[in-house]
Amino acid sequence: MAGAALARLRNLLAAVMLAGIYSLLSAGLFTVMDAVDVAFTEAAVGAGISTVLFLAALALVGHREKKPARPAALPLAVVILTGAVLAWGTIDLPPYGDPSNPVHGPVAERYLLESGHEIGVPNVVTAVLASYRGYDTMGEVAVVFTAVVGVLILLGPGSRDAAPRLQPPSSARALGPAGRTRAPAPGSEPPTGSGA
Amino acid sequence: MLRIAAKMMAPFIVVFGLYVHFHGDYGPGGGFQAGVILTAALALLSLVFGLDAVRRVVPPAFVQACAALGLIVYAGVGFASMMLGGSFLGYDVLASDPEKGQHLGILLVEAGVVVTVFGVMTSAFYVFAGRKEQAR
Repeated sequence: MAGAALARLRNLLAAVMLAGIYSLLSAGLFTVMDAVDVAFTEAAVGAGISTVLFLAALALVGHREKKPARPAALPLAVVILTGAVLAWGTIDLPPYGDPSNPVHGPVAERYLLESGHEIGVPNVVTAVLASYRGYDTMGEVAVVFTAVVGVLILLGPGSRDAAPRLQPPSSARALGPAGRTRAPAPGSEPPTGSGA
Repeated sequence: MLRIAAKMMAPFIVVFGLYVHFHGDYGPGGGFQAGVILTAALALLSLVFGLDAVRRVVPPAFVQACAALGLIVYAGVGFASMMLGGSFLGYDVLASDPEKGQHLGILLVEAGVVVTVFGVMTSAFYVFAGRKEQAR
């Protein structure tokens, strides 16, 4: 429901809000399925920080989406095809909650039965995440780190278009030296945090 | 009013983040969530007091260093357990008995995750939120 509205919306601000709501709904769904850790992550990252980052990005680009220049027949076909393939792939999935599913095999049994005295940590999710699957988690941390290195290279203080902002292109300005050096107009300073 | 509310809430958010980290062994939660919650505290403060005030308290260079430091801590725990004769990230050897070693290892590794996630999220937030002021 939220997803359908999300695809239709042209107002990006509302779209971001709906994405946050969608994340929160998924978090509720995970809670219902007893995956509290996943729900927690979804609520904190998906509904929380992602929304903040999206809003910060929207503050830069404005909150109206451009009208597409061409009719989107080919992209629509690609999307429908991909969706059909994905739906076709779900036919093979084992039914939800079936005790003979592959995930309930010997590995899960071992985690649940042995981690109590092997690891000594009551939360099995933590035991699996940080100890049995420690390599994977380290890889995840490395991925997160690499992502921010990319963000900093693209947008950070050393990036290409951050530095020249200090000196606006002189061809556009015929105001004389005083107008050239004052890049931000004095009135455009944003009011930082007025009280309620 | 908003300032007072934010000022009062921020320490509790930080404490909750630390609780989520240290209690991750016993209840839901862990490093990833805790790091994000810590960033949320800073985001709230910068919404109310302005980004510059927050950046003065927690400088961008510091959070970027955090992002790298956490990964180093994580890998360092792995190498430490290797030096002590175990396998990479095999925490059994970190303390006198394996269970305590596992406990210590998990706590240290999760601390690395907290520091990295906090550093990464806050850096990204600084960069995105800071560009607006730059563009004007």
